[in-house]
Amino acid sequence: MKDKELELLANSARQELVKTLVNAQSGHTAGPLGMADIFTVLYYDCARVDSNNPSWPDRDYIYLSNGHICPIWYVTLAMRGFFPVDELQHLRKINSLLQGHPHNETIPGVENSGGPLGQGISQAAGCAIALKADGKPNRVYALLGDGEMDEGQVWEALMFAAQHKLDNLTIIIDRNNIQIDGPTHSIMNLEPLGDKLRAFGWNVIGIDGHDIGEIKKALGKAGATRGKPTAILAQTVPGKGCSEFENNYEWHGKTPSKEQGDKALAELQEIRTRIEKRWF
Amino acid sequence: MPDTITELKSAPEVTLGTPEVKSPEVKLDTPEGKLGAELIAGLGEKPVEQKIAPKQEVKPASPIEPVKRALRDGFGEGIMLAAQENPDVVALCADLTESNKLDKFKKEYPSRFVEVGIAEQNLIGVAAGMAHVGKTAFAASFAVFSPGRSWDQVRVSVCYSNADVKVVGGHAGITVGQDGATHQALEDIAIMRCLPRMTVIVPADAIEMRKATVAAAKFKGPVYLRSGREKFPQVTSEETPFEIGKAVTLRRGNDVAIIACGNLVSEAIIAADTLAKEKISARIINMHTIKPLDERAVLDAAHDTGAIVTVEEHQIIGGLGSAVAEVIATHLPVPMERVGVRDTFGESGTSAELLDKYGLRAQDIVLAVRQALMRKEHHDIGKREVLKVPAAVVKTLKKVKVASQRKTRAKAKPQKPLRKRK
Repeated sequence: MKDKELELLANSARQELVKTLVNAQSGHTAGPLGMADIFTVLYYDCARVDSNNPSWPDRDYIYLSNGHICPIWYVTLAMRGFFPVDELQHLRKINSLLQGHPHNETIPGVENSGGPLGQGISQAAGCAIALKADGKPNRVYALLGDGEMDEGQVWEALMFAAQHKLDNLTIIIDRNNIQIDGPTHSIMNLEPLGDKLRAFGWNVIGIDGHDIGEIKKALGKAGATRGKPTAILAQTVPGKGCSEFENNYEWHGKTPSKEQGDKALAELQEIRTRIEKRWF
Repeated sequence: MPDTITELKSAPEVTLGTPEVKSPEVKLDTPEGKLGAELIAGLGEKPVEQKIAPKQEVKPASPIEPVKRALRDGFGEGIMLAAQENPDVVALCADLTESNKLDKFKKEYPSRFVEVGIAEQNLIGVAAGMAHVGKTAFAASFAVFSPGRSWDQVRVSVCYSNADVKVVGGHAGITVGQDGATHQALEDIAIMRCLPRMTVIVPADAIEMRKATVAAAKFKGPVYLRSGREKFPQVTSEETPFEIGKAVTLRRGNDVAIIACGNLVSEAIIAADTLAKEKISARIINMHTIKPLDERAVLDAAHDTGAIVTVEEHQIIGGLGSAVAEVIATHLPVPMERVGVRDTFGESGTSAELLDKYGLRAQDIVLAVRQALMRKEHHDIGKREVLKVPAAVVKTLKKVKVASQRKTRAKAKPQKPLRKRK
């Protein structure tokens, strides 16, 4: 798929996301907006998935380890046809398909239940080792938050994946530098994160998490790497696309009001117009 | 058939707490001997049915095989049988392969064995991930570590996700012995029992553990299997039925029901023997599945006997005793006593010493039965008097000398005699 098409899809996802969050009035804003480009490339360009058959045995497995950014997962799955877009208005509501944190049993296309941090990467590693043992070509992706890297379980899983040479596993770390209590460097410094991952035996690729071309290239490289798992360290802007939410850790765990949402939507529409006008 | 229980009590080689001592005295030409020899000589290479001697007679009510084996041996055999039957059975271990008796599996099925290192949280997560691809994953460690420190992973990655993962808690209970309190899992049943969707199985001996492992592999969904290190006498035989959620009545009786699980079923049988001499007929129920609890068996016992004693190698809070109490308190309240570790940590010592000190012996069960019976005698539902402890009970209580025990009496009884007991 062309970069421009993907950019427009990501923009649509962001707009849908803002509407969903305004309607839900509960949930997380910054993380989902920041990961819109990566989710779009993953689901539209890179991973083999079938919305008509979510449990297709030949699919690629996509795990979300930092479950709280699930609104962007839901929006992407809905846009990709896994369930009707109308369902998004029921996010976090009683009797809804769309739980506040993902649940594998109710939502088509969702592989893992997640929320308590650190668990998704372990499950992805388990999935990868089982596929490898069976000689299957499916790939496994796990998306993690950078704050999540504080969890010990993440490092247990990192060691495990390298030990077992799980080259069918790719993790994408959302390096947006914020966590609930503040900037990651002031809460629990992660740097030098790339070096740490390399020291743990991983193939590390650093990218701009909003550059569609870079995301595609990195995922391609990850797929071609043999003998070790790949970690894509994606620098992202939390709240990307809406100036009020960008780079402000306070927007980690709250949702916009109707007015704030309308302002954000107007900004996103402006960006959309610019992309559409671009010749490439 | 000889009275196996009397043999058990008199024979020094089966005294609990001496794991090194095998039982060479078992003659190989007796049914028990044959069975024992076959059990020792590499079980798991052929299906269970073939190993049963065709004409073997087994007393239906509570035979104790004089062969002592550990629960973990049963697990090692069971997983081999399960693996033979189902190519999707995989096993994971956190640096305790030999202790958990997975070494044979590892050797036989290297591609189906996963070593995760000393990382119990990851152990459960990886097992869940393997289950997503259609595997039936047995994740084994010591119970204090998993589910001890992997509870959140068991809750979310396994139970909430309904992953086909079998959590195997090895070296559970106080009888792990010398390692001390840190390594004695006495809360694992409680923390597993409270999780939605979790099935909790606490087998009574190696044979039952083997059957439970095979049954767990066939059962779709989360299961907790409690294993153990110490060798205990067999209380079930090859013929004893095993069905998840279905209690086994090992001995019939109508004066009192002793509902036991795990290794301590053997102590319950010895207790019943002592009680029989006093003309008290005790029903013995082997409650191998704590969840879903066989409520029918509990209520039948409450109805038929009017007095219940639970026995478990676990805290009296949250385990079998609590599960049984919940059922009878809801439907049919009868006097009940709980034998177990009484809200305290263990310590180093041999398993025999620990069973003695922490009140988990046949004699403690006998005492609990006497108390339950005394309360039953004075039990009169509907009258306020039931809240008062009768004088006869108070008198007996003064005589009881079980270290740091019976705190539950305190509420019903004046403080003075309690202090005297100490």
